[in-house]
Amino acid sequence: MESKSAQPYWNPYVAGVGLGLVLLASFVVMGRGLGASGAVASVITAGLDVVAPSHVANNPALAEYLKEGTSPLKDWLVFEVLGVFVGGYISGMLAHRVTRVVEKGPHISTPRRLVFAFVGGVLMGVGAKFARGCTSGQALTGGALLNAGSWAFMIMVFAGAYALAYPMRRQWL
Amino acid sequence: MMAPFYKFGLFGDNIGLVVAFLVGIGFGFFLERAGFGSSRKLAAQFYFTDLTVFKVMFTAIVTAMLGVYYLSVFGFMDLSLVYLTPTFLAPQVVGGLILGAGFVVGGYCPGTACVGIATGRIDALVLFIGIFVGIFGFSEFFPLVSGFYNATPMGQLTLPQVTRLPYGLLVFAVVLMALGGFAGAEWVEKRMAARQAEA
Repeated sequence: MESKSAQPYWNPYVAGVGLGLVLLASFVVMGRGLGASGAVASVITAGLDVVAPSHVANNPALAEYLKEGTSPLKDWLVFEVLGVFVGGYISGMLAHRVTRVVEKGPHISTPRRLVFAFVGGVLMGVGAKFARGCTSGQALTGGALLNAGSWAFMIMVFAGAYALAYPMRRQWL
Repeated sequence: MMAPFYKFGLFGDNIGLVVAFLVGIGFGFFLERAGFGSSRKLAAQFYFTDLTVFKVMFTAIVTAMLGVYYLSVFGFMDLSLVYLTPTFLAPQVVGGLILGAGFVVGGYCPGTACVGIATGRIDALVLFIGIFVGIFGFSEFFPLVSGFYNATPMGQLTLPQVTRLPYGLLVFAVVLMALGGFAGAEWVEKRMAARQAEA
Protein backbone atom coordinates (compact mmCIF):
# COMPACT_ATOMS: atom_id res chain seq x y z
CA MET A 1 0.00 0.00 0.00
CA GLU A 2 2.64 2.54 1.06
CA SER A 3 5.75 3.48 -0.84
CA LYS A 4 8.79 1.33 -0.25
CA SER A 5 10.48 3.76 2.09
CA ALA A 6 7.51 3.93 4.49
CA GLN A 7 8.79 3.39 8.03
CA PRO A 8 7.13 0.98 10.45
CA TYR A 9 4.65 2.36 12.97
CA TRP A 10 5.66 2.96 16.57
CA ASN A 11 5.18 0.40 19.28
CA PRO A 12 1.48 0.76 20.25
CA TYR A 13 2.26 1.19 23.94
CA VAL A 14 4.73 4.00 23.21
CA ALA A 15 2.24 5.75 20.91
CA GLY A 16 -0.46 5.20 23.55
CA VAL A 17 1.61 6.86 26.29
CA GLY A 18 2.25 9.80 23.94
CA LEU A 19 -1.46 10.10 23.21
CA GLY A 20 -2.27 9.85 26.91
CA LEU A 21 0.20 12.62 27.76
CA VAL A 22 -1.37 14.90 25.12
CA LEU A 23 -4.78 14.20 26.67
CA LEU A 24 -3.39 14.85 30.17
CA ALA A 25 -1.84 18.11 28.99
CA SER A 26 -5.22 19.17 27.63
CA PHE A 27 -6.85 18.42 31.00
CA VAL A 28 -4.15 20.31 32.92
CA VAL A 29 -3.92 23.34 30.65
CA MET A 30 -7.53 23.71 29.45
CA GLY A 31 -9.68 21.65 31.82
CA ARG A 32 -11.15 19.71 28.92
CA GLY A 33 -10.24 16.72 26.80
CA LEU A 34 -9.98 15.97 23.11
CA GLY A 35 -12.66 15.83 20.43
CA ALA A 36 -13.32 15.52 16.72
CA SER A 37 -16.99 15.20 15.71
CA GLY A 38 -17.97 18.44 17.50
CA ALA A 39 -15.80 20.42 15.08
CA VAL A 40 -17.82 19.09 12.15
CA ALA A 41 -21.02 20.36 13.78
CA SER A 42 -19.43 23.81 14.18
CA VAL A 43 -18.42 23.90 10.51
CA ILE A 44 -21.93 22.85 9.40
CA THR A 45 -23.48 25.51 11.65
CA ALA A 46 -21.14 28.17 10.30
CA GLY A 47 -21.99 27.24 6.71
CA LEU A 48 -25.74 27.15 7.25
CA ASP A 49 -25.61 30.37 9.26
CA VAL A 50 -24.43 32.16 6.10
CA VAL A 51 -27.20 30.85 3.82
CA ALA A 52 -30.09 30.41 6.29
CA PRO A 53 -29.47 32.16 9.63
CA SER A 54 -33.08 31.92 10.85
CA HIS A 55 -33.11 28.18 10.14
CA VAL A 56 -30.03 27.78 12.35
CA ALA A 57 -31.44 29.96 15.12
CA ASN A 58 -34.64 27.90 15.24
CA ASN A 59 -32.88 24.53 15.35
CA PRO A 60 -31.54 23.72 18.83
CA ALA A 61 -29.18 21.05 17.44
CA LEU A 62 -27.44 23.78 15.40
CA ALA A 63 -28.03 26.83 17.59
CA GLU A 64 -25.93 25.33 20.40
CA TYR A 65 -22.87 25.81 18.17
CA LEU A 66 -23.52 29.51 17.55
CA LYS A 67 -21.22 32.01 19.30
CA GLU A 68 -22.27 35.40 20.49
CA GLY A 69 -20.68 38.13 18.38
CA THR A 70 -18.32 35.85 16.49
CA SER A 71 -18.20 32.96 14.01
CA PRO A 72 -19.02 29.39 15.11
CA LEU A 73 -15.63 28.57 13.62
CA LYS A 74 -13.81 30.43 16.39
CA ASP A 75 -14.19 27.34 18.47
CA TRP A 76 -11.78 25.26 20.57
CA LEU A 77 -12.55 21.97 18.82
CA VAL A 78 -12.30 23.51 15.34
CA PHE A 79 -8.77 24.72 16.10
CA GLU A 80 -7.89 21.40 17.73
CA VAL A 81 -9.04 19.43 14.68
CA LEU A 82 -7.03 21.73 12.39
CA GLY A 83 -4.06 20.74 14.55
CA VAL A 84 -4.91 17.05 14.12
CA PHE A 85 -4.59 17.45 10.35
CA VAL A 86 -1.24 19.21 10.74
CA GLY A 87 0.11 16.76 13.33
CA GLY A 88 -1.00 13.77 11.28
CA TYR A 89 0.66 15.20 8.20
CA ILE A 90 3.92 15.97 10.04
CA SER A 91 4.12 12.42 11.41
CA GLY A 92 3.18 10.83 8.09
CA MET A 93 5.62 12.98 6.13
CA LEU A 94 8.55 12.27 8.49
CA ALA A 95 7.89 8.53 8.16
CA HIS A 96 7.25 8.65 4.38
CA ARG A 97 3.70 7.45 4.84
CA VAL A 98 1.86 10.16 2.88
CA THR A 99 0.41 8.37 -0.17
CA ARG A 100 -2.67 9.07 -2.23
CA VAL A 101 -4.47 5.75 -1.99
CA VAL A 102 -7.82 4.09 -1.29
CA GLU A 103 -7.26 1.60 1.53
CA LYS A 104 -9.22 -1.65 1.16
CA GLY A 105 -8.93 -5.41 1.28
CA PRO A 106 -7.96 -7.33 -1.88
CA HIS A 107 -11.48 -8.63 -2.57
CA ILE A 108 -13.47 -5.42 -2.96
CA SER A 109 -13.56 -2.89 -5.79
CA THR A 110 -12.56 0.73 -5.18
CA PRO A 111 -16.05 2.18 -5.89
CA ARG A 112 -17.66 -0.29 -3.50
CA ARG A 113 -15.09 0.50 -0.83
CA LEU A 114 -15.83 4.22 -1.22
CA VAL A 115 -19.58 3.61 -0.90
CA PHE A 116 -18.91 1.74 2.35
CA ALA A 117 -16.63 4.55 3.55
CA PHE A 118 -19.41 7.07 2.90
CA VAL A 119 -22.09 4.96 4.63
CA GLY A 120 -19.73 4.38 7.55
CA GLY A 121 -19.20 8.13 7.80
CA VAL A 122 -22.95 8.83 7.88
CA LEU A 123 -23.37 6.25 10.67
CA MET A 124 -20.44 7.84 12.53
CA GLY A 125 -22.03 11.28 12.31
CA VAL A 126 -25.42 10.08 13.55
CA GLY A 127 -23.89 7.89 16.28
CA ALA A 128 -21.60 10.67 17.53
CA LYS A 129 -24.57 13.06 17.77
CA PHE A 130 -26.70 10.64 19.79
CA ALA A 131 -23.76 9.79 22.05
CA ARG A 132 -22.70 13.46 22.50
CA GLY A 133 -19.21 12.64 21.28
CA CYS A 134 -17.10 10.15 19.36
CA THR A 135 -14.10 7.96 20.06
CA SER A 136 -12.05 11.03 21.03
CA GLY A 137 -14.51 13.09 23.04
CA GLN A 138 -16.29 10.19 24.74
CA ALA A 139 -14.16 7.04 24.76
CA LEU A 140 -10.69 8.56 25.28
CA THR A 141 -11.56 11.70 27.24
CA GLY A 142 -14.44 10.31 29.28
CA GLY A 143 -12.64 7.00 29.70
CA ALA A 144 -9.71 8.70 31.44
CA LEU A 145 -12.11 10.69 33.67
CA LEU A 146 -14.06 7.53 34.63
CA ASN A 147 -17.18 9.09 33.13
CA ALA A 148 -19.99 6.51 33.47
CA GLY A 149 -21.70 7.32 30.15
CA SER A 150 -18.38 7.27 28.31
CA TRP A 151 -17.58 3.76 29.50
CA ALA A 152 -21.04 2.54 28.46
CA PHE A 153 -20.48 4.22 25.07
CA MET A 154 -17.03 2.69 24.64
CA ILE A 155 -18.22 -0.85 25.32
CA MET A 156 -21.06 -0.37 22.83
CA VAL A 157 -18.67 0.91 20.13
CA PHE A 158 -16.70 -2.32 20.31
CA ALA A 159 -19.96 -4.34 20.49
CA GLY A 160 -21.37 -2.62 17.38
CA ALA A 161 -18.15 -3.03 15.41
CA TYR A 162 -17.65 -6.71 16.31
CA ALA A 163 -21.32 -7.44 15.57
CA LEU A 164 -20.90 -6.23 11.97
CA ALA A 165 -17.33 -7.52 11.48
CA TYR A 166 -18.41 -10.83 9.94
CA PRO A 167 -20.78 -9.42 7.27
CA MET A 168 -18.15 -6.73 6.52
CA ARG A 169 -15.22 -9.16 6.15
CA ARG A 170 -15.15 -9.04 2.32
CA GLN A 171 -14.19 -5.40 2.55
CA TRP A 172 -11.11 -5.91 4.71
CA LEU A 173 -9.79 -9.47 4.53
CA MET B 1 -4.44 24.23 43.26
CA MET B 2 -3.16 25.66 40.00
CA ALA B 3 -4.68 23.51 37.28
CA PRO B 4 -6.61 23.53 35.01
CA PHE B 5 -4.69 26.70 34.10
CA TYR B 6 -7.43 28.07 31.84
CA LYS B 7 -10.08 27.67 34.53
CA PHE B 8 -7.89 29.60 36.97
CA GLY B 9 -7.70 32.46 34.48
CA LEU B 10 -4.02 32.10 33.61
CA PHE B 11 -4.86 32.93 29.99
CA GLY B 12 -7.88 33.88 27.88
CA ASP B 13 -9.90 32.43 25.03
CA ASN B 14 -7.57 33.46 22.22
CA ILE B 15 -4.54 31.80 23.81
CA GLY B 16 -6.90 28.86 24.42
CA LEU B 17 -7.33 28.51 20.66
CA VAL B 18 -3.55 28.41 20.24
CA VAL B 19 -3.44 25.68 22.89
CA ALA B 20 -6.20 23.85 20.98
CA PHE B 21 -4.13 23.91 17.80
CA LEU B 22 -1.01 22.65 19.62
CA VAL B 23 -2.94 19.92 21.45
CA GLY B 24 -4.42 18.89 18.08
CA ILE B 25 -0.95 18.65 16.53
CA GLY B 26 0.13 16.31 19.34
CA PHE B 27 -3.08 14.30 19.03
CA GLY B 28 -2.75 13.90 15.25
CA PHE B 29 0.98 13.13 15.50
CA PHE B 30 0.58 10.22 17.91
CA LEU B 31 -2.52 8.87 16.09
CA GLU B 32 -0.48 8.69 12.89
CA ARG B 33 2.57 7.23 14.69
CA ALA B 34 0.33 4.43 15.98
CA GLY B 35 -0.83 3.62 12.44
CA PHE B 36 -4.29 5.13 12.75
CA GLY B 37 -4.07 6.91 9.39
CA SER B 38 -4.69 3.48 7.85
CA SER B 39 -8.21 2.04 7.71
CA ARG B 40 -6.89 -1.49 7.14
CA LYS B 41 -4.85 -1.31 10.33
CA LEU B 42 -7.81 0.12 12.26
CA ALA B 43 -10.27 -2.46 10.89
CA ALA B 44 -7.87 -5.33 11.68
CA GLN B 45 -8.86 -4.77 15.33
CA PHE B 46 -12.24 -6.31 14.53
CA TYR B 47 -10.73 -9.43 12.93
CA PHE B 48 -8.30 -10.08 15.83
CA THR B 49 -5.24 -9.94 13.58
CA ASP B 50 -3.88 -6.61 14.90
CA LEU B 51 -5.16 -5.28 18.22
CA THR B 52 -3.29 -1.96 18.06
CA VAL B 53 -6.53 0.03 18.45
CA PHE B 54 -7.24 -1.59 21.82
CA LYS B 55 -3.63 -1.32 23.00
CA VAL B 56 -3.17 2.35 22.07
CA MET B 57 -6.59 3.40 23.34
CA PHE B 58 -6.22 1.77 26.73
CA THR B 59 -2.59 2.82 27.17
CA ALA B 60 -3.72 6.41 26.52
CA ILE B 61 -6.69 6.12 28.88
CA VAL B 62 -4.55 4.62 31.66
CA THR B 63 -1.80 7.23 31.20
CA ALA B 64 -4.18 10.19 31.33
CA MET B 65 -6.27 8.62 34.10
CA LEU B 66 -3.23 8.06 36.34
CA GLY B 67 -1.98 11.58 35.59
CA VAL B 68 -5.30 13.19 36.46
CA TYR B 69 -5.64 11.05 39.59
CA TYR B 70 -2.20 11.78 41.02
CA LEU B 71 -2.29 15.47 40.12
CA SER B 72 -5.57 15.84 41.98
CA VAL B 73 -4.44 13.70 44.95
CA PHE B 74 -1.35 15.90 45.33
CA GLY B 75 -3.52 19.01 45.18
CA PHE B 76 -2.12 20.39 41.92
CA MET B 77 -5.34 20.04 39.92
CA ASP B 78 -8.99 20.56 40.79
CA LEU B 79 -10.68 17.64 39.06
CA SER B 80 -14.13 19.17 39.57
CA LEU B 81 -13.16 21.92 37.11
CA VAL B 82 -12.44 19.45 34.28
CA TYR B 83 -15.41 19.27 31.93
CA LEU B 84 -17.37 16.03 32.23
CA THR B 85 -19.96 15.27 29.53
CA PRO B 86 -23.27 14.50 31.26
CA THR B 87 -24.51 10.93 31.00
CA PHE B 88 -27.65 10.17 28.97
CA LEU B 89 -27.45 6.40 29.12
CA ALA B 90 -29.93 5.27 26.44
CA PRO B 91 -28.82 7.57 23.59
CA GLN B 92 -25.16 6.95 24.49
CA VAL B 93 -25.63 3.17 24.32
CA VAL B 94 -27.47 3.39 20.99
CA GLY B 95 -25.07 6.05 19.66
CA GLY B 96 -22.15 3.80 20.59
CA LEU B 97 -23.65 0.88 18.67
CA ILE B 98 -24.27 3.06 15.59
CA LEU B 99 -20.79 4.56 15.75
CA GLY B 100 -19.23 1.12 16.22
CA ALA B 101 -21.13 -0.16 13.18
CA GLY B 102 -19.88 2.86 11.23
CA PHE B 103 -16.32 2.09 12.37
CA VAL B 104 -16.19 -1.39 10.80
CA VAL B 105 -18.21 -0.32 7.73
CA GLY B 106 -16.15 2.83 7.10
CA GLY B 107 -12.79 1.95 8.60
CA TYR B 108 -12.09 5.17 10.52
CA CYS B 109 -13.57 7.10 13.41
CA PRO B 110 -13.84 10.91 13.10
CA GLY B 111 -10.41 11.71 14.62
CA THR B 112 -8.52 9.02 12.75
CA ALA B 113 -10.27 10.04 9.50
CA CYS B 114 -8.57 13.47 9.83
CA VAL B 115 -5.19 11.74 10.07
CA GLY B 116 -6.11 9.49 7.13
CA ILE B 117 -6.96 12.54 5.02
CA ALA B 118 -3.73 14.28 6.07
CA THR B 119 -1.74 11.26 4.84
CA GLY B 120 -3.58 11.02 1.51
CA ARG B 121 -6.21 8.35 2.14
CA ILE B 122 -9.12 8.92 -0.27
CA ASP B 123 -11.40 6.56 1.68
CA ALA B 124 -10.86 8.72 4.77
CA LEU B 125 -11.91 11.82 2.82
CA VAL B 126 -15.09 10.12 1.56
CA LEU B 127 -15.86 8.93 5.09
CA PHE B 128 -15.35 12.46 6.43
CA ILE B 129 -17.88 13.78 3.90
CA GLY B 130 -20.23 11.08 5.19
CA ILE B 131 -19.78 12.41 8.74
CA PHE B 132 -20.87 15.86 7.52
CA VAL B 133 -23.96 14.33 5.92
CA GLY B 134 -24.74 12.30 9.05
CA ILE B 135 -24.46 15.27 11.41
CA PHE B 136 -26.38 17.51 9.01
CA GLY B 137 -29.13 14.91 8.69
CA PHE B 138 -29.32 14.46 12.46
CA SER B 139 -29.63 18.21 12.93
CA GLU B 140 -32.35 18.57 10.27
CA PHE B 141 -34.38 15.74 11.80
CA PHE B 142 -33.62 16.87 15.36
CA PRO B 143 -37.27 17.59 16.27
CA LEU B 144 -38.05 13.92 15.54
CA VAL B 145 -35.20 12.50 17.60
CA SER B 146 -34.84 15.09 20.37
CA GLY B 147 -37.03 13.02 22.73
CA PHE B 148 -34.69 10.05 22.57
CA TYR B 149 -31.59 12.29 22.47
CA ASN B 150 -32.59 13.71 25.86
CA ALA B 151 -33.85 10.42 27.33
CA THR B 152 -32.46 8.91 30.58
CA PRO B 153 -30.58 12.02 31.78
CA MET B 154 -28.31 11.15 34.69
CA GLY B 155 -26.27 14.32 34.99
CA GLN B 156 -22.51 14.33 35.45
CA LEU B 157 -21.91 10.81 36.63
CA THR B 158 -18.64 8.99 37.30
CA LEU B 159 -17.95 5.30 37.85
CA PRO B 160 -16.96 5.94 41.51
CA GLN B 161 -20.44 7.44 42.02
CA VAL B 162 -22.19 4.54 40.28
CA THR B 163 -20.28 1.80 42.10
CA ARG B 164 -19.85 3.70 45.40
CA LEU B 165 -16.22 2.57 45.37
CA PRO B 166 -13.31 4.92 46.13
CA TYR B 167 -11.84 6.73 43.10
CA GLY B 168 -8.37 5.33 43.75
CA LEU B 169 -9.66 1.75 43.88
CA LEU B 170 -11.37 2.13 40.50
CA VAL B 171 -8.21 3.65 39.03
CA PHE B 172 -6.33 0.59 40.28
CA ALA B 173 -9.01 -1.73 38.85
CA VAL B 174 -8.84 -0.07 35.42
CA VAL B 175 -5.03 -0.41 35.42
CA LEU B 176 -5.31 -4.12 36.28
CA MET B 177 -8.00 -4.61 33.61
CA ALA B 178 -5.85 -2.89 31.02
CA LEU B 179 -2.76 -4.94 31.91
CA GLY B 180 -4.83 -8.13 31.68
CA GLY B 181 -6.26 -6.92 28.37
CA PHE B 182 -2.77 -6.21 26.98
CA ALA B 183 -1.55 -9.70 27.94
CA GLY B 184 -4.68 -11.16 26.31
CA ALA B 185 -4.21 -9.04 23.19
CA GLU B 186 -0.59 -10.18 22.76
CA TRP B 187 -1.69 -13.81 23.16
CA VAL B 188 -4.54 -13.44 20.62
CA GLU B 189 -2.24 -11.77 18.07
CA LYS B 190 0.30 -14.59 18.40
CA ARG B 191 -2.40 -17.22 18.00
CA MET B 192 -3.82 -15.48 14.90
CA ALA B 193 -0.36 -15.14 13.36
CA ALA B 194 0.32 -18.84 13.96
CA ARG B 195 -3.02 -19.79 12.40
CA GLN B 196 -2.35 -17.64 9.34
CA ALA B 197 1.13 -19.17 8.99
CA GLU B 198 -0.42 -22.65 8.98
CA ALA B 199 -3.07 -21.75 6.41
